[in-house]
Amino acid sequence: MPAYPYAEQPFIRPPELDGGRTDAPVAIVGAGPIGLSMAIDLALKGVKTVVLDDNNVVSVGSRAICWAKRTLEIFDRLGVGERMLEKGVTWKVGRNFHGRDEVYSFDLLPEAGHKYPAFINLQQYYVEEYLLERAREFPDLIDVRFLNKVTGHEDGGDGVRLSVETPEGTYTLDARYMLACDGANSPTRTRMGLDFSGQTFEERFLICDIEMKGSPFGDHDTPERWFWFDPPFHPGKSALLHKQPDDIYRIDLQLDAGADPEAEVAPDRVVPRLRAIVGDKPFRIDWLSVYRFRCMMLDRFVHGHVIFVGDSAHVVSPFGARGGNGGIQDVDNLGWKLAAVLKGEAPESLIDSYDEERRHGAEENILNSSRATNFMTPKTPAEALFRAETLRLAHDQPFARELINSGRLSRPCSLAGFPLQTPGGGPVVPGTAMPDAPLGGDWLISLVQGDFTLVGFGNVRLPAVPGIRRIGVDQRGDYPCHGDAEGFALGRYGMGLAYLFRPDGHVAAVFDAPTAAQVGAARDRALGRIPAMQEAV
Amino acid sequence: MGARRLYESGLGGSGDEIYAALLEAHKGLSEAESEALNARLVLLLANRIGNAHEVLELIETARSYTG
Ligand SMILES: Cc1cc2nc3c(=O)[nH]c(=O)nc-3n(C[C@H](O)[C@H](O)[C@H](O)COP(=O)(O)OP(=O)(O)OC[C@H]3O[C@@H](n4cnc5c(N)ncnc54)[C@H](O)[C@@H]3O)c2cc1C
Repeated sequence: MPAYPYAEQPFIRPPELDGGRTDAPVAIVGAGPIGLSMAIDLALKGVKTVVLDDNNVVSVGSRAICWAKRTLEIFDRLGVGERMLEKGVTWKVGRNFHGRDEVYSFDLLPEAGHKYPAFINLQQYYVEEYLLERAREFPDLIDVRFLNKVTGHEDGGDGVRLSVETPEGTYTLDARYMLACDGANSPTRTRMGLDFSGQTFEERFLICDIEMKGSPFGDHDTPERWFWFDPPFHPGKSALLHKQPDDIYRIDLQLDAGADPEAEVAPDRVVPRLRAIVGDKPFRIDWLSVYRFRCMMLDRFVHGHVIFVGDSAHVVSPFGARGGNGGIQDVDNLGWKLAAVLKGEAPESLIDSYDEERRHGAEENILNSSRATNFMTPKTPAEALFRAETLRLAHDQPFARELINSGRLSRPCSLAGFPLQTPGGGPVVPGTAMPDAPLGGDWLISLVQGDFTLVGFGNVRLPAVPGIRRIGVDQRGDYPCHGDAEGFALGRYGMGLAYLFRPDGHVAAVFDAPTAAQVGAARDRALGRIPAMQEAV
Repeated sequence: MGARRLYESGLGGSGDEIYAALLEAHKGLSEAESEALNARLVLLLANRIGNAHEVLELIETARSYTG
């Protein structure tokens, strides 16, 4: 295990073992990043959950490290974004090398005026630790049960009965909804016999975390993402370097398709390879593992009262960091919908929009991740030929640099065109995840996300609609108004427009002179209470 | 299988010159070098066209003659 001090979470005897019951309407299977975020999101909306995990420590071994801006903005809403940002390593520049030469670099966030950077690197065990601590701040709403393994479930039509195994006996738990956040090898998925199909990549990848003082990033120590195609130290293969907190560096090395995982992690094999990258600086190996990656998803994420969220619903290869980041966007999408259904504010069919919107997100992530992995691991002579010539041209042809694919890094998924959104125009179109902007001492994302919110930018009057929060930017009104001193907000959203945001911060509708009736209808449409509007042509 | 599109001439009377230049470019190259040259040329041409829809139609048309 990594040097990270794993705290063993206590087993607390569940009340069901002594004839007690819980009234939580939602059971969450799995306390990974997705299950924990789900519980916090629902708690913020007053919904009680029981979280069951078969293990008693946070992420075993080292897995995810790159967390995207959109994820941090969602974590901000969940109350953990600032803590993640503070501990994480911020980076935004990526460099691609071919052989010895740098052929292409990119800056993921060239503009100012955002609370969160394009990316931070933070080990998954810290992410889960912070989420768990945050979940513990809701003792009346979140009941996290470690060493509680779900061994069966039955969907009775109006709810689910789970069978749970603990060190002190077994019990059953009834919930209206069961959220399967039980990871890439989801036992729930297996139990239900659901088809999980897609592509498995034959090549293996060696994932190493090493602790080291001093920077391996050439002559500067600004953390970046470095990716090599065919480097002198690893001929014919690719390699990736990232910095993490605590002076830990992540190195991914592509191996042969037939590589033997046991042999590859042997020190006499690993150390010389790492030396070739970091030079003769002393280092300590913190974690090693060998992976084969898959890009797969379920045909449906919602099956009656069982809902799949995160890796249980979709897995991707990590180039592009779309696994965990995609899963957090699932949480963001499902949380407010499930809460609205449970409170009787929306019809149960609203849950189907989670299925539709997030399958779209997963498809986008799978498309991007498989293209990147295919570029990295050419399978036929023709694939190898195009890649070789693309890389060769990229040394001086600007256009070819764009074709180099070392991973298209996770971006917020647009939900434009889906039925919950009210068609319309504006610089930010309905369906888009809200761009941030500084507002006085605060940030737009922090003020808006969490509830249906109507924001007026510049000269536009906001009608009062019960249940909808109003915020003015660069205007006066009988609701909270904020200045836009640097002009970022109006620059991004346009002058004289009002935006209705869903609780997950996606734009539901844009208006130039909104009436209460129009805003109310857009909100009702977003809650699935009234039918979709046809796109005006 | 993708659809085949039929293209009228866009060569502006320079067909013979362009065809000869293609042959000339491959003179003295090994098979592997020729393949690589063709791949580079395809990438350059695709970039010049620059429109995904048009490039996809061209790919489908070329592919439709396979076999
Ligand atoms: C090498 C590697 C690098 C990665 N890098 C990135 C990255 O940089 N960025 C990124 O966004 N993503 C990355 N990912 C993906 C990321 O790790 C996953 O997407 C993420 O862990 C998914 O979270 P989850 O909560 O859905 O599943 P998991 O983290 O797998 O959690 C599932 C939980 O369910 C529990 N469980 C399983 N079965 C049961 C049961 N029967 N009863 C009770 N509990 C159960 C498990 O113990 C576990 O705690 C990477 C993955 C790998 C392998």
